Amino acid sequence: MFGSTKKLGLSKSRRTGPSELTELQVWITSPDSECDDYPSVTSDESYELSVDLPFAVLKAPKVWGALHGLETFSQLLYEDEYGAKSVNATTISDFPRFAHRGILLDSSRHFLPIKVILANLETMAMNKFNVFHWHIVDDQSFPYLSRTFPQLSQQGAYHPYTHVYTPADVKMVIEFARLRGIRVIPEFDTPGHTQSWGKGQKDLLTPCYSGSKPSGTFGPINPILNTTYDFMNQFFKEISTVFPDAYVHLGGDEVDFTCWRSNPDIQQFMEQHRFQTRLQLLDIVTTTNKGYMIWQEVFDNGVKLKPDTLIHVWKGNQEQYQNEMANVTSSGYQTLLSTPWYLNRISYGQDWHGYYKADPQDFKGTEEQKKLVIGGEACLWGEYVDATNLTPRLWPRASAVAERLWSAKDVTDINDAFNRLSMHRCRMVERGIPAEPLFSSYCPREYKGI
Amino acid sequence: MNIMFAVSSGRYTRANFILPLLIIIQLGLHTVEGVWPLPQAFTSSTERYPLNPQAFYFGYGKQSAAQQGCSVLDTAFKRYFSLIFPDYSSANGVLRFSVDKPFLVEVSVDQDDCESYPQEDSSEKYNLSVCEGKASLKAETVWGAVRGLETFSQMVYQDDFGSYFVNKTEIEDFPRFQFRGILLDTSRHYLPVQAILKTLDAMAYSKFNVFHWHIVDDPSFPYQSSTFPDLSSKGAFHPMTHIYTQSDVRRVISYARLQGIRVLPEFDSPGHTKSWGKGQSDLLTPCYRGSTPSGTFGPVNPVLPSTYQFMEKLFKEVSSVFPDSYIHLGGDEVNFSCWKSNPDVRAFMQKMGFGADFTKLEAFYIENIVNITSALNKTSIVWQDVFDYHEKIPEDTVLHIWKGLPEVYQTELSRITKAGKRVLLAAPWYINHISYGQDWRNYYTVQPQNFSGTEEQKKLVIGGEVCMWGEYVDATNLNPRLWPRASAAAERLWSDEKQTSSVDSAFPRLQDFRCKLVRRGIQAEPLYVGHCKHEYQGV
Repeated sequence: MFGSTKKLGLSKSRRTGPSELTELQVWITSPDSECDDYPSVTSDESYELSVDLPFAVLKAPKVWGALHGLETFSQLLYEDEYGAKSVNATTISDFPRFAHRGILLDSSRHFLPIKVILANLETMAMNKFNVFHWHIVDDQSFPYLSRTFPQLSQQGAYHPYTHVYTPADVKMVIEFARLRGIRVIPEFDTPGHTQSWGKGQKDLLTPCYSGSKPSGTFGPINPILNTTYDFMNQFFKEISTVFPDAYVHLGGDEVDFTCWRSNPDIQQFMEQHRFQTRLQLLDIVTTTNKGYMIWQEVFDNGVKLKPDTLIHVWKGNQEQYQNEMANVTSSGYQTLLSTPWYLNRISYGQDWHGYYKADPQDFKGTEEQKKLVIGGEACLWGEYVDATNLTPRLWPRASAVAERLWSAKDVTDINDAFNRLSMHRCRMVERGIPAEPLFSSYCPREYKGI
Repeated sequence: MNIMFAVSSGRYTRANFILPLLIIIQLGLHTVEGVWPLPQAFTSSTERYPLNPQAFYFGYGKQSAAQQGCSVLDTAFKRYFSLIFPDYSSANGVLRFSVDKPFLVEVSVDQDDCESYPQEDSSEKYNLSVCEGKASLKAETVWGAVRGLETFSQMVYQDDFGSYFVNKTEIEDFPRFQFRGILLDTSRHYLPVQAILKTLDAMAYSKFNVFHWHIVDDPSFPYQSSTFPDLSSKGAFHPMTHIYTQSDVRRVISYARLQGIRVLPEFDSPGHTKSWGKGQSDLLTPCYRGSTPSGTFGPVNPVLPSTYQFMEKLFKEVSSVFPDSYIHLGGDEVNFSCWKSNPDVRAFMQKMGFGADFTKLEAFYIENIVNITSALNKTSIVWQDVFDYHEKIPEDTVLHIWKGLPEVYQTELSRITKAGKRVLLAAPWYINHISYGQDWRNYYTVQPQNFSGTEEQKKLVIGGEVCMWGEYVDATNLNPRLWPRASAAAERLWSDEKQTSSVDSAFPRLQDFRCKLVRRGIQAEPLYVGHCKHEYQGV
């Protein structure tokens, strides 16, 4: 709030001005503050803020609400041209429209040093995002250092020492996030998107065949071997202890069947058992007591899922994803929307308008169905993104999504949003975050890092 | 979408036949192929020599016209020493394994142009010969020597244990085009001086040699004029924090000079001048609604003598502040509706016999401005709109082509060169126009001399410019947006077109060059999936 203002020594003789606000009291109003817990999808994030004299009061049932209230309070401050800070008398009663407001980062296509992850968690908190969807491994690299299977990153990371996340790194991210009310949901995407897994785990991936001989290349995870399930069991056991969130994302997207089809051993299995193999993996995760999130393909392909499965919609144009939302919710599943919020898809101009306008509950369905939409996620896939360009590409465009997921449905005035988002963007810049500009403009304090 | 572009750096390839090819490329990247832009002529070898930062020296050849005391080369030696040995700091202490043989980079230039500014026709040619214990760098001018030092610095590499090496090589290099520029726009968003200096560094790494400073425009006027201080005090986003003082400007110019970069200022008029009117009343045309002023203002008012008196004084100052012999006068996108609405302007049109043809009025204006700058001994560069509207400009005025797709700009290239005028090409290199995917390929495959015309005409293409307009760009995203995409154009402007016709061959080289940029502290974004040994550690 006070930026680079040096802390003046607190001397008792200093008199406060007649109308200086000197105290913000924070009250946790419920018996269990959840201070030592991890946030969850059912956490109460509401708060009430009253800015008044003699002191401002922030009341929240849980610490999560208090964190959001502090962020709000910090955003109420403004400066005059001499740098003097003021705040107006205000009463705010606030709570999020959606419980799951996430950002996806991809640390496989490009390794993301811890610093940039932490800086973005900090920025997420400024935008009241509360889920960090960590798409940690994929085809290109496996940076997660597993204590059960250290070969996975030893062979699968871009570099086994400099491009890995050690257990200490992971712990740091999780705790840093927790202190900001952010859940960390890891995604270990299978059975596709697993090329890098096969480097350190022989026989995990399906050997593809050309004709009757192996071609030398590998496809998705081999669903017919018992060793596969032994591995998965142990692996997800570790994951479930390392990541404390109640949910884990299993991926399940874009599985290319051609390699499976080419393999004679699998040919027999596929017709009968394809759906069951996926179910087996899902069962494994259930034994770890976690709920699971999956990309929409698993639902689209008719796999039988547990009732508390969270389905992640990401495909299609507007009409298609709205249909998908309707389908998923009419089958009784909870759902998340990401399709209109693929922030990696850059284009020239103010594309934040599109992100701001998209609404996860815009589809034909009953009130019951709409209640099953628990939120959405802005995705920053990593094919063209690493620490050099991640932060300006993510912010402030993701802030448009943040408001859509937190604020009331009828907050849709785009011109007003432009003015407020411009100010919010300058605020992030002042806090040291290189959020890119919306349009020709200036911030009183421009970005100092080069 | 991009499966065919997925040349990864070694380990996770699917087909085994790619592996040997990659090995060759990896070796290649330690030779001259690892230099960006690709030198014109070279022979390379796998024979390599170890380098030790503690036994490495720059020196002047006995015959060199420039000797110690030459600012450009003395500072270049210091700069390139740090770039060549990024791990080395003299605080590391002295650890010697054995008596190392020293390595000397001996630099000789024919002309001592050390204290001058680079010119439009300065020779940037150099010969570089690397053999055991010595590298010989010969050039006609210090600017050529700086280019040669850049090349040499890109040839030094480290093995997995951090030891430095350079391979035996012979290079004869010179640029295909004399004018290889980058445009930065400091009006749509103010760019702190540090951001400009950083851009100059990165430009030198890709051998760009002109910084086109689009310093003022509609949204803001950050240039602090000593003759007309109100221009910035009323026209800048903020009169103190968002301006370029005379000292800032001098700093940019001298920093650029040391890297062989010319600074070309653009004071765009008569359009794009809204911010000028804030500090100079009566400069802009008052627009009318019917018979009364509407309160808004349009382009510069071409009918008042005070306009030209002002312009003369301003350009006199600009000419002395900016030492380059060229000046960019803009002249693009003039909206005629405000002029049309103003009764005084219409009366003037009648008096001058222009009728209702406002292009003639613009032509009249531009001619006057060009006369002013010619009298100040400057050569003008103007946007193509000026040619499209009229022809009465001095023979040596350069036209800057910015509009259209290849069919359109190729036609324009033909037309303008047919009229005997020199041209600069910017149209295919508006890299502020971002899109999803590997758009560097579009910038790389531009063919600046591919248009119908004679050989003489083709020679009139003096070069090109990468434009980074500022509507959506400021210091938060300038570097990743500019680099390495601008480097694709850099090779197109420096190297031989035939030798650099394959995008697929360029890909691994540009990926590697991008990692070099990151190592040097330039926040260059990735081309595609992959990694660098030393990743960017910032935010």
